[in-house]
This record gives sequence, structure tokens and C-alpha cells, in this order.
Amino acid sequence: MRAIRKVASAAVAGVLALTVASCAESERGEGGEGGGREGDESTFTFGAAGAPEMFDPLYATDGETFRVTRQMFDGLLGIEAGSAEVVPELATEWTSNEEGTEWAFTLRDDVTFHDGEPFNAEAVCANFERMFDQNEAGQVAAEYWGYVMGGFANDPESSLYESCEATDEFVATVNITRATSGFPTMLSLSSLAMQSPKAMTDGDANGIEAQGEGFSFPDYAQNPVGTGPFKFVEYDQATGAIELEANDDFWGEAPASSSLVFRVIPDESTRRQELEAGSIDGYDLPNPADWAGLEDGGNQVEVRDPFNIFYLGLNPETNPQLKDLKVRQALYHALDRDQLVSTQLPEGAQVATQFMPSTVGGYNSELQPYAYDPEKARQLLAEAGAEGMTLTFAYPTEVSRPYMPDPQKLYEAMRTNLEDVGIKVDVKTASWNGGYLDNVTAGKYDAYLLGWTGDYDAAFNFVGTFFGNLKENDFGTEVMPWGEALADDLQAADAVVDEDERAAAFEDINRQIMEEYLPGLPISHSPPALVVGADVEGVIPSPLTAEEFASVSVGGR
Amino acid sequence: MVRFIVRRLFQMAVVLVVLSILLFAWLKALPGGPVSAILGERATPARRAALEAALGLDQPVHVQYFRFVERALHGNFGASTGVLPGEDAFQVFLIRLPATIELSFFAILLAVALGIPLGYFAARRHGSPVDSGAVILSLIGVAVPVFFTAFLLKYYVAVQWNLLPVSGRQDASLDATRVTGLFVLDGILTQEYDAAWDAVLHLILPTLALATIPFAIIFRITRASVLDTLDADFVRTAEAKGLSTRVIRGRHVLRNAMLPVVTTIGLSLGGLLAGAILTETVFSFPGIGDAIAQGYRKRDYAVLQVLILASAAIYVVINLLVDIAYAIIDPRIRTR
Amino acid sequence: MGVDAYADRRKDRIDALAARSVDDSPGVSLIASAWRRLRRNPVFLLGLAITVSFVVLAVVSPWLAPYDPAANPLIDQVRPQSNPIPGPEPGFPLGADDRGRDLLSRLLVGSRQTLIVGVLATVFGLIGGLVLGTLAGALGGWVDSVVMRLVDVMLSIPSLLLAFTIGALAARPSQWTLIVAIATIQVPVFARLLRGTMLAQRHSDHVLAARALGVKPQAIVFRHMLPNAMGPVIVQATLVLAVAIIDAAALSFLGLGNPDDRQPEWGQMLGASQQYIYDHPHLAIYPALCIIVVALGFTLMGESLREALDPKSRR
Repeated sequence: MRAIRKVASAAVAGVLALTVASCAESERGEGGEGGGREGDESTFTFGAAGAPEMFDPLYATDGETFRVTRQMFDGLLGIEAGSAEVVPELATEWTSNEEGTEWAFTLRDDVTFHDGEPFNAEAVCANFERMFDQNEAGQVAAEYWGYVMGGFANDPESSLYESCEATDEFVATVNITRATSGFPTMLSLSSLAMQSPKAMTDGDANGIEAQGEGFSFPDYAQNPVGTGPFKFVEYDQATGAIELEANDDFWGEAPASSSLVFRVIPDESTRRQELEAGSIDGYDLPNPADWAGLEDGGNQVEVRDPFNIFYLGLNPETNPQLKDLKVRQALYHALDRDQLVSTQLPEGAQVATQFMPSTVGGYNSELQPYAYDPEKARQLLAEAGAEGMTLTFAYPTEVSRPYMPDPQKLYEAMRTNLEDVGIKVDVKTASWNGGYLDNVTAGKYDAYLLGWTGDYDAAFNFVGTFFGNLKENDFGTEVMPWGEALADDLQAADAVVDEDERAAAFEDINRQIMEEYLPGLPISHSPPALVVGADVEGVIPSPLTAEEFASVSVGGR
Repeated sequence: MVRFIVRRLFQMAVVLVVLSILLFAWLKALPGGPVSAILGERATPARRAALEAALGLDQPVHVQYFRFVERALHGNFGASTGVLPGEDAFQVFLIRLPATIELSFFAILLAVALGIPLGYFAARRHGSPVDSGAVILSLIGVAVPVFFTAFLLKYYVAVQWNLLPVSGRQDASLDATRVTGLFVLDGILTQEYDAAWDAVLHLILPTLALATIPFAIIFRITRASVLDTLDADFVRTAEAKGLSTRVIRGRHVLRNAMLPVVTTIGLSLGGLLAGAILTETVFSFPGIGDAIAQGYRKRDYAVLQVLILASAAIYVVINLLVDIAYAIIDPRIRTR
Repeated sequence: MGVDAYADRRKDRIDALAARSVDDSPGVSLIASAWRRLRRNPVFLLGLAITVSFVVLAVVSPWLAPYDPAANPLIDQVRPQSNPIPGPEPGFPLGADDRGRDLLSRLLVGSRQTLIVGVLATVFGLIGGLVLGTLAGALGGWVDSVVMRLVDVMLSIPSLLLAFTIGALAARPSQWTLIVAIATIQVPVFARLLRGTMLAQRHSDHVLAARALGVKPQAIVFRHMLPNAMGPVIVQATLVLAVAIIDAAALSFLGLGNPDDRQPEWGQMLGASQQYIYDHPHLAIYPALCIIVVALGFTLMGESLREALDPKSRR
């Protein structure tokens, strides 16, 4: 007992010593500097599902990160609030030469970065050169650049981007190697936003390193400097809170809230409870099952227009019976998609007629959905000699995507349909992060559930992603007689400079895909939602799930 | 004594090395993983190969392991890919550790403050309805899954009655100063008492949930231990000598009954770590347990590996400290 | 975690339990006297009643349940946006789950899977412990050292963390990974227990007598030492059953449960209910109550058995 007392007194002494030695002083700002605690200030607090990767949009890949960077950065091009339409942002207008390879961007002349540096054509070119010139780790991490531009400085052959020149103080000219529908639309991507060249140099922005299985990011990624309506304040990793404050010198309309806080709450039911308790003002992608309950509680569920496609992928490489168009059509006719959409998907979901949503240019509005017709399905199977065929059918677990809120339920509904027409379903599952996508790519499944959310308003971003690359696609089109023609047609359509001609070309391809090829079965488009509390105003839901919170305010606070 | 400690430390090192090899090899053999988590729908074979090459994941496993050890010796344990992306896995451990220490400290404090007096009281009234009731209550406490207790507390106290915060460690708008990472202590040190109080409010519900199991254990050990001691010869002798009841209880019974209780408290600390996985998940309390659960969901292997190893190390060290403390308290052990 | 309620005082407690078995070697009188006292112990009887009803329910539930737990008769009423969980209606006293399956049937049939998981995890843990413990206890020497180091390593990791690690390392979660994970954390407990009883008996009279009579070592181990070790093992197994059921629920909650939910299990039902816990807490509360009651039943029975077999309390 005496020993215990000794230990206890030693512990007390230790704490005291710590108190004296640490010289702990409050670092809290005095007066108006203290964050969103003043009466006339307002804070919009948003519940995030995960921690952001960092704050340099070039290396960002996930929605949690982009949601934060979007508030701090602007692109040359922007997205019209509430739509997927590309509009001027930091560039007021742009023109190209006839070949569509040389683009001149006229810039706003009233913009400064958060660190006081001027925004001009030189800054724009510095950004392009920086994104283009990545080290080995950076080339992998800068996923969106790699995805839309195809290559980096060490491999200019495969790169779309060629060079950038400041032809005037506020005119930047960008040269690209070939015409594509994606350019300049792709400049509206959050990932390609404009950042302060000085801050990037000072913070060694390109000093990214591979570290184990992930990346370690340079200082700059923790101290981002952009031109947007909000400025970075701090990221407290211990509590998972990211604080941004209004940029008083913003070139556009001043933000309605004086500060913006993102709080990481990994558990979905906890996000909901925090909203009901009033400690956060909103969160993204509420479970469709919660929509009614949330609205009953006085919250506003903002449903976005669907900008995605959910499909049943088929792989004829894995199951040769699927090479027969009749078999694929039979599968399509067997699915009761009206029932599926009305019972398994959130309100506002639509039956798909093709591999892209109706808002994208190139959508063919004349296509009709394949009707639910089990009799016809059986007949087609019989004609193809594939009655009683076995189908390896997979769905992912541990995941919810905007286009498929609950994969297992969707799978079950489809399985029932398929079994009704005499198909034997051999179920496979894997967790989303635990091998499902690998297996799809490796062709281990005859049929699988997957989908896509569009990055920007371009047909090629949908159908091109699916079938544009003959060697590498999940639909095994390589073994189909028309696979190569389809890929070539898509590449050709993408290179058409004139917008109307291009749309017509894609409409034609969409018809072919659905009527002649049917490489997979487009199922539906689902609207993802966003929920905010009753007193929140000014949220404009974006089909690209790319909301800017500058217009958002919390009333009565 | 020194030799005993050295031997235990050596054993621990061996255990950790073996464990790290097993974990490493096993994690590498799993399908999917961080590459899938990073690329998502965009994963084409070419992009996957590029990413794996950039990360060195295309090397044989033993080569990767030696690279991991080499880097680890330089303080690089690999970057997190999901829990705190970009942060070094060991850094994640350090960032998350204070939260779990704080939570465990209050939980064990509560368990001791309630368990020992109740155990003593129940033993004094051995066989009475109060005693049986307390015993059955403690058995129920053990039978309820921790996360369910946590859920009930959260659902009623925080959500329905709105008495306490639902989740997290502190209100972000307080802009509190950080010194040690232990928020309550920080608030007191920096005299930001509102911040300390807010941290306490956030701690109450997770503490209650986490304390149920150690409380039940400490209560029952105390009770059993006091019962044994009351029966022991020296207490009978003391009674026979005519010492006052108060003296007997204070000086003889309690002191002797405390030995097993001290051991139990030490060992419960390790168990708390496990309970913290569940409690922290329910309350989105950003500690080690929450990081482990998230690390699994997001296949953040770097973090999983380091946190599991570090947790095992902490547990072993606590066991060692308990043994040492025990040896100090009870000299008989030292001679063995 | 519930696991640690008993595992925590691990070594001490296991060893103490082991030491008790040697007090009276011929087990008959011990069991008889224990039973005499247990018969009058209300705590034991309550535990026994719960346990027996649970086992009976697990056996007969498929005939008792009004619906196939995998069938979804109410699927047409499930609307993710307006009515994700159909409420009670005639024929469906507890309503349905999120896939339109009768909740009552799933709870009833769930008892079976829960029992299977609990029993198999315990049995596998016991077999593992039996092998290691018998090896160590019967052979002694370096085998003993190696085995006990291994056991100490396993005991040196918090048990739920160990189970979680094993579960997380499975390429694909299934009922079996769950069982193996929970069984693994019981192996060192049983191993230590058995080794303790073996060691204690090596020098006891009946073993010495058998050896003097020239009985083969294997026969001594299997005919004389093991049967005498069974008392504490049974007590421990009863307690482990409770722990296994709670741990199965905990692992399901953390996403390591069996993804195939056609055959329901309470822990899995509880884990799956998290998504609807705010609007439809009954989906969580029913399986949770089932788990609590059953775990309590096993615990009450195990604790009373422990007390009854404890020579100290036999006065």
C-alpha cells in the first residue's frame, strides 16, 4: 500500500512538472479572430464520411477531398450551379483554331490568389507546366490529369497537352496534340483547378513520394492556396475537423457564410444523428431508406439529377455463350427494370435506354427501353440453344455507390428475374475494396454489377470509358467481331470538333450499341441526394455532386 | 528483477517481429487492397500496374518486407491510404493515441470508483438480496454487447433527449489549443476551461459504454477477494484480539483484498483497447479503435499493420508493468 | 469487450481453475455433491432453463417459424424511399426486415445459426487447446516451453483484436472465418487450463499408482488425466459459449460477419441493422435482446457450475 502511495505521489509530481515545463499557453486568437464564435458570423458545418487525402486537387481522387478543395479553388472553366453545363470561370472566353488544337483563353483580370499573388496568363501556364511535369509517384497520383491528358512530360507522345504560352497578360494559349471533345470541357474538373504558383514553389508542391502502399504529400498539400470563395484555415487531424474561412477579396459574389467546417464522421447513422441533434448542418449521400425519415424531421433532402449509369456488365470472354446477341438480348428482356427502379432505387431513378444519362450531348432520345418480356427471353434463349445456361453473376459487398445504393438488393431482384427464365445463377461476391474490381477487370465474372458517375459533360466520358479502349475494357469487346469498329468509331467521334456533328455521331453510336451490339445491359440512372437541416438556405444540388457552398447560409444563427 | 524485465522485453521484441512478418505476408496475399481503394471504378489494368509499380507492390513479398523494415527503422512506416491519407501510419497512431488514452483513463477510473466500493459493500452483505442483485447486474453487464450499450446510450441520451454530444471529441468551433493531445488536460493547462468542459461532455457517453465490462470485472474480483480475506485466518485472529471492526476493515481486509484487484485493473487496460474498437466506432470517437475499424473497411493496410502491432506492444508493456507493480507490492513474488 | 470478462484475469484465473480439479480425483462424488447443491441454486436453474430453451429452440425452430427465413413474402412492400422496413401486420407479428423477410421467422431460425457458431467456435477452440495443452502438460520439457511461449504470445494480444485481425486477414468473410477467429482466441485459454490440470496431476496419487502398475503413458493421459481435467473444461466451455456469441455479434458489427444472410444469425442481424437503427431501432433491439438473454443464460450456468465445483465454497 505504501508503494502504491509512492507511485501515486510520483505521478502527481510528474503532472505538476509537466504543467510547469510545458509553458502551456492558450493560442486562441483574441477578439474577432476566434473562428465562428461571433454573433454576426455564421458557420456552415458539413459532415464528411472520410478524411480528405490532402488539399492539392491535382493529386486528389475521391469525393471527400474534392468537396473541400472545390470551395477553395476555381478552374479556368466552371460548372453552372445546378447543372452539368460548362460555363466561364477564371477564363471569360475561349476560342480555338480550326483544327481544334490551339486554344486561347481570355482570363479575368480582377483575380488574386489567397496569398496575394496575381492571377494572370503566366500563372495559368505555370499551373499547366506543373501538372504536366510530374515525377514517377506524381504521375500515378495525378490520376485525373493522367486520365484526361493521357501522359506527362516524360512521355509527350501520348500526352494530349503540348504547351502553354502567355500570349498576353490575360490571354493564355494552350496547344494540344489532337482535337477531342473533352477539351476544353475537362478544364472544369476540380482536379485541374488553378493554384498559386508561388505557394506551390515555396511548398514544393511536386515533391510527392511513394511511401509504402500510399503517397506522402509535400507541405503544399497541407497549405493550399487558390482563388476560390473560401480560404484554408486549418485541418485538425485529432478531431477530424477542417476549417475554411470566407475570402474577403473573392472576385465573385461574397460567400454567404463566414466560415465553413467539414467534420469527419465515418459512421453514416452517426452523421444522421448529428444532423438531427443540430451539431452539423448537412451531409452527403444519405441512405435512400432515410430520406423519408429525414424529411419528416424537417430536414431538406436535395435530390440531384442523375448523372450516372448503373449497368449489368457482361463478359463474353469468360462465358462464350454471351457472344450470341440473342442471349444478351434475352437477359435484357428477362429483367423487370420498371419494378427494380420503383422498388429498389430512390425516388427519381429512371430506367436507362443507353449507357449515358439524358443530359449529356450525344444522348439518343429515340431509343426505347428493352421491355420486360420473360416469354420473349425464353424464346430467344431457345433460339440460341442456351436454355438453362449457367451465369456467374457477381455483386460487390461493403459498398454503396450513388448509382447502386444497395448492390445486394439489386442483385437479388435481378437474380429472381433471371431464374424465372430458366437461367442458373452462380452467385459470386467480393468486397468492393477487397478484390471485386480486380475480379471484374480480370474477367472472373460472366455478369457483374457496376456503374459510372460522369466526370464532366461529354459523351466520351461515358461510352468512351466503357468501350473506347479495345484492349482494356470490362466488357471483353475484344473477342467480339464489332469490338474494334466500336472502339474506332468512338475515338473518331471524340475527335470531331463541331459540337453538333459530334453529338450526332455519338447518337448514332449509341443506337448501334443498343440495337446491334448490346455489350452490356444499362439498367438505370439513380439520383444521389444531399441533406441539409431545415434552417439551411442556398444549397444548389449539382448533378456532378460538385456543390459549391459559397451560396449556402444557415438561417437564424 | 532487472533480468526478469530484460527477458520480458526481449520476448516482446521477438513476438512483435514474428507478428509483423505474419501480418505483412498475410496482408499482401489478400485480394484487392489499397490500390482498389484508391482507383475505384477507374481501375484499368494499365493504371493498376502503374500504381503498383510506383508503390513497389510488384516486388516479391520478402523484398517488400525488407524494404518495409528498412524504412521503418528510419521512421517511415508507410503512408496511410484511407484513415488519414498521406500521413505516415505511425503518425496516425500518435495522432489517435491520446484520444484512446483519455477515454481508457476515464473508463477505468469510473470502473474503479464504482466497482471497488460496490464490491466491498456486496461482500460485507454476502448472501443478502443486495449482494445477489449486484452480482446478477454485473453478469448482465457482461452479457450485453458493448456496442449495443453504446448505441442505446447514444440513441437515448444524445439523440432523443439531446443532453450530450452525439459523437466526436470536441466542438471544432472552440478552436482549442493543443498541447498534449489529451483534450481535458490541454484545456486545464491552457486555462481554456470551456474547451476542457466540452471535451468532458464528449467523453461521458463513450466512457460509460466502455466502463461496463471493466466495472463488472473489478466489482466481482473485489467482492470475491474481500470475501476470501474476511475468511482468512489473520482477520479471525484480529477479531479474536478484539480489534475494532473499523480497524480490521481498513487495515487488514481492504489492504489484503486489493492485491488481486490491482492485477485485474492492469489487465483490464488491455481489454479496454479491444472494447475501444467498438465504442469508438459507435461514437465516431477518433482514437485507435476507430482507426483500426476504419482501416479495415478502407483496406488501409499500412495503418492496420502498425496499429495492430502497436496495440499488441502496448498490451504487452502494460502486462509487464503490472507484473513489476505486483512484485513491488508483494515481495513474495520477487523471490521466485 | 465481453471476451475479457473471463479471459482477463487470464493466467491467474485459468490456473486457479486448473488447480481445483485435483482436489478430489475420483470425480463421481464431486459431481454428485455439486449437483446436489446446484439443484437448489436458483441462479443455476435460471441459467439452465434459458440454455435448455435456447438449444431446444435451435433444434425445432425451422418447424416453428411461419416462413422460410430466406424467403421474402413482403418484398413488394419494401420501398427504399418511403417504406424500407414493412411493419407488423396479420401473419407477420414483428413485421419484416429490409428485404421483406419475416422478422419473427428470422429471429426464431437465427437461434440455430447462433448456436452453431457458438458451439463450433467453442469446440474448435477446445480441440486446439486440447492438442496444445495435452502436448505441453503430458510431455513437459522443451515441448512444454515452446507450446507455452506460443500460448503466451496469443494471450499477449487483446482477444477481440486478435479475432478481428484473423477475421480481417480472411480473403473472404464467411461463417467459417467468424468461427475460426473466435475459436482461435479460445485456444490459449483452453491450452493453459488443460496443461495446468495435467501438470497438477502428474504427481498425484492416482497417476503415480497407474504408472507404478505399468500402465502405458498414452493410456494414463487419456484414461486418467484427461477425464479428471474435464470439470474445469466444461465450466470454461460454458462461459466461452456466451463470449463466442457476443463476439460473433461484435465482429459482425465491425463488418467481418457472414455476408450470406439467407441463414440468419443474431449477431449478423444486429450488425446488419445498423443502417436502419435510427428510424427502426426494433431491428437491432430484438436480436440484441436474444443475444443478451442467451449469453446471460450460459454465464449464469457457467458461474454457478464454477462455484459448485470450487472446493473452497463447499463448506
